[in-house]
Amino acid sequence: MNDVVDYEEAVAAFDPVLGIEVHVELGTRTKMFDGAPVAFGGEPNSRVTPVSLGLPGSLPKVNRAAVESAIRIGLALGCEIAESSRFARKNYFYPDMPKNFQTSQYDEPIARDGHLDVELADGTLFRVEIERAHMEEDAGKNTHVGGDAGRIHSAEYSLVDYNRAGVPLVEIVTRPITGAGARAPEVAAAYVQTLRDIFRVLDVSEARMERGNVRADVNVSLRPSPEAPLGTRTETKNVNSFRSIERAVQYEITRQAAVLLSGGTVVQETRHWHEETGETSPGRVKSDAEDYRYFPEPDLMPIVPDRAWIEELRARLPELPAARRRRLQAEWGFSDLEMRDAAGALDLIVETVAAGAAPAAARKWWTGELARVANSRGATLEELPVTPVQVAQLVALVDAGELTERLARQVLDGVLAGEGDPADVLATRGLRVVSDDGPLLAAIDDVIAANPDIVERIRAGRVQATGALVGSVMKATRGQADAGRVKELIASRLGV
Amino acid sequence: MSTLVGTTAAELARLLAAREVSSVEVTRAHLDRIAEVDGEIHAHLRTAAAEALAAAERVDAARSRGEGLPLLAGVPISVKDNVVTRGLETTAGSRILEGWIPPYDATVVTRLRAAGMPILGKTNLDEFAMGSSTEHSAFGPTRNPWDTGRIPGGSGGGSAAAVASLQAPLAIGSDTGGSIRQPGAVTGTVGVKPTYGGVSRYGLIALASSLDQIGPVARTVEDAALLHEVLAGHDPLDSTSLDAPVPSFSAAVRDADVAGMRIGVVRELGGEGYQEGVRASFETALGLLADAGAEIVEVSCPSFDYALAAYYLILPAEASSNLARFDGMRFGLRIEPSDGPVTAERVMAATRGAGFGDEVKRRIILGTHALSAGYFDAYYGSAQKVRTLIQRDFAAAFERADVLVSPTAPTTAFRFGEKLDDPLAMYLNDIATIPANLAGTPGMSLPSGVSEDGLPVGFQVLAPAHEDERMYRVSGVLERLLEERWGGRLLDVHGVNGGAR
Amino acid sequence: MRVAALARIELTEAEIDRLAGELDVIASAVARVSEVATPDVPATSHPVPMSNVMRDDVPVTPLPVADVLAAAPDARDGQFGVPQILEEDA
Repeated sequence: MNDVVDYEEAVAAFDPVLGIEVHVELGTRTKMFDGAPVAFGGEPNSRVTPVSLGLPGSLPKVNRAAVESAIRIGLALGCEIAESSRFARKNYFYPDMPKNFQTSQYDEPIARDGHLDVELADGTLFRVEIERAHMEEDAGKNTHVGGDAGRIHSAEYSLVDYNRAGVPLVEIVTRPITGAGARAPEVAAAYVQTLRDIFRVLDVSEARMERGNVRADVNVSLRPSPEAPLGTRTETKNVNSFRSIERAVQYEITRQAAVLLSGGTVVQETRHWHEETGETSPGRVKSDAEDYRYFPEPDLMPIVPDRAWIEELRARLPELPAARRRRLQAEWGFSDLEMRDAAGALDLIVETVAAGAAPAAARKWWTGELARVANSRGATLEELPVTPVQVAQLVALVDAGELTERLARQVLDGVLAGEGDPADVLATRGLRVVSDDGPLLAAIDDVIAANPDIVERIRAGRVQATGALVGSVMKATRGQADAGRVKELIASRLGV
Repeated sequence: MSTLVGTTAAELARLLAAREVSSVEVTRAHLDRIAEVDGEIHAHLRTAAAEALAAAERVDAARSRGEGLPLLAGVPISVKDNVVTRGLETTAGSRILEGWIPPYDATVVTRLRAAGMPILGKTNLDEFAMGSSTEHSAFGPTRNPWDTGRIPGGSGGGSAAAVASLQAPLAIGSDTGGSIRQPGAVTGTVGVKPTYGGVSRYGLIALASSLDQIGPVARTVEDAALLHEVLAGHDPLDSTSLDAPVPSFSAAVRDADVAGMRIGVVRELGGEGYQEGVRASFETALGLLADAGAEIVEVSCPSFDYALAAYYLILPAEASSNLARFDGMRFGLRIEPSDGPVTAERVMAATRGAGFGDEVKRRIILGTHALSAGYFDAYYGSAQKVRTLIQRDFAAAFERADVLVSPTAPTTAFRFGEKLDDPLAMYLNDIATIPANLAGTPGMSLPSGVSEDGLPVGFQVLAPAHEDERMYRVSGVLERLLEERWGGRLLDVHGVNGGAR
Repeated sequence: MRVAALARIELTEAEIDRLAGELDVIASAVARVSEVATPDVPATSHPVPMSNVMRDDVPVTPLPVADVLAAAPDARDGQFGVPQILEEDA
């Protein structure tokens, strides 16, 4: 249990600085340096070649598709693509590393000097400077197995599966992220989420954090003020969701603040995030931790990306999330507030609009009634059993006057319950608005006859009293009347 | 001893093609030879008799069906034990790989099999190819057939001794600083290091990735050329493999003519430190080439004086990284510490401490140090600059000469133990061969005679990168002239046929 | 010896003594090399200049699992058994 101080106190006393390293697993068919197939799951050690197993005599060869993905990521992040890029060996011993060195990149990464404008929940834009993006290979997977209690030689051991060894990774490293202040945790989570969205749009990775396709290590340091030099940073690993990133950053700020405020110094170390307890704990301090003895990989030749190829890739980049949001906002004529409101259902709204609904109506349904339903069920909007096409049909029925808003909600319930399309539900439940004045007038006459004193008051000038009559008519028609029309008819009936 | 043993590969190929002899006969004859003499020579770490004979049978069957076969089909060959052979133990001369059966073939082995060449066995080497005498093999040294009290050179002493003692007509070696050429010199055989990238390194247990090359070991220049043609060519599995058509090296040998060629004698590769008899033999050979119409010029490559120092920074650095994979986790030896907790870290350290020999440990420690934080620029980085200077000196020299020549090694074969206690003295054996590895240029050694001590001397020919043909051309001529002078092949003339003289 | 730990090689006392002395070999090699390795000279990492050596993203047949594990000092449940790992992943 570490000492922490109140978050408000921490950010009042200190200026947090962040550094975030994100690793993304590329969705190529084969590994970074050999042709072993890449896939999720599968029998352990069934997807290795002599190269991915690091057998004596094996040699690497670069996967062109991985280089292309790395370049596209760099372009999407506004980076300069290197004229000449080299691989380097990062030397350290670990059982999940077949060669006991990782083939990575050191001083000639494929991309550098970019930036990403991250949109926070309230619409604020925060620019994160990106130092570099480089290619490297993943390690195998260790599964720790505890020892049997009671056995004499109760050895703990690990099982290693090298299927993942050699899978292509791109590592994206930020420059120190300054100026976020108290919003640092939010910025950190939003940054990683924005990257994730970009990976998906680029189609370079499935980019599922929960599957480890996207991994983040967060560096946090505190300094007394923005003018002061950078403080000592810690690196926190094992943050496996956007929420965890936010919580971990927040936690580290409070923990480091507690240390500094009590007169201590922050230890530069790698820490481990614990999801259950919401705390970080120190990893083992290694004396040779930083001595990776980098040198240029002699078994691989430099990558000199053809400039024409880069421009072609740039031209073929898909519309990135931020640009798409700007375009949609303009097309839909939404205000900033409305756009923010729509942010959580963007794709669904787009599809609903494509199916014929007006943007405003589409937004209203998805962020209003449907969001309420999703929340109450603990589901996501995508998981609800209603399609954008069906929502568009609903909107069309309301527009045509066949449904009131209120009736539409009932129809929606029917769709969600699996009763079919809006038109089907409407027919089955007989929820059509009574638009024929005939039956309405009959109901109105009944109500007028039954409420002489209210009629008196209306005739005497208390027009508001009409509301009570309207209510009775609505009840009599089981809500299938258009309230506005009822009111008109009553008024004309009574001659007021 | 069968007459097939001692016949050149070229001649064996002719006999096989003419069906005057079968591959089974040839292979069996060599297996018998191995059984006869290798107890003493110890060129081979293991033989693969059953598989070799089965391969020979397949070739014979194909031939009798009238199928067209590659030139060397049916000619047996031995392979240095740092080249991976599927299903056949490969140790790199080290305890840490004792018993390791690779699940794949090196590309060169695939080519040998495709060429129909039965593999007799794996030859001895200094552990992980680190050495110049084969004394650093974990499985005992190999003896020089010329004098079994002397080293056969290294690291590829096994391949050279096998060929010199007629156990195999051909062998495969690897050359990082002279490990094919120097054994060739001290055993009176021919050894070739191709242009870097000319032969695939896929399946060669790496020592120094930017210096290693696989190459042919033979008794004649033509045999080496024929084998080189089988081995060479682009390999998609090796990113450093050259993508260019393979010239006919054997045609260069046959068409050999040096009239008008400029032969550059490198001032820095000779002189003091070179044994008197070595120098004399070199001069004699040079004279023959001049008589044949070549122009002898003197060239100077001053950066060659720094080659040894650069080599001894680059090699250990790359080797320390290449050998990190030997940790007892996935294959090979695993040693658990006898006391204290059994952790992965301690098992790795104990395995490597027990499994690696002294010379390997020395170079790994030096290399790790050379790459360490704070030292990189001064050590490894600077050494790579010397490489640039050496390439420039070669380029300048090749403006003035078509090939460069030197004695292959400063001395003839020394006695066992003579240089074991002095690593620096041992390293000096490579002083003439190292520059070509650093520059990536090709080099070969052929016998130029014997020195006053009756031991063979090697003559080194160096050519520009991608001009391997040139060195075969010059070597072909020189060999012919020398053999005319001797009245036969050096090995035959001196009666070196497997035992002590 | 720190370097021995970096290289993961357990050395005896005698070996440490001997090797510590030999690190001087490096120092003299460095001194020698520094004589000519001036800033204006570029480094050469690859003897033969090539670039853009890449392969297509086409799968090959992987090694059979039995082959992968055949040489393992401790194969368990289709995986490599390794002793307890103390250090954290870098």
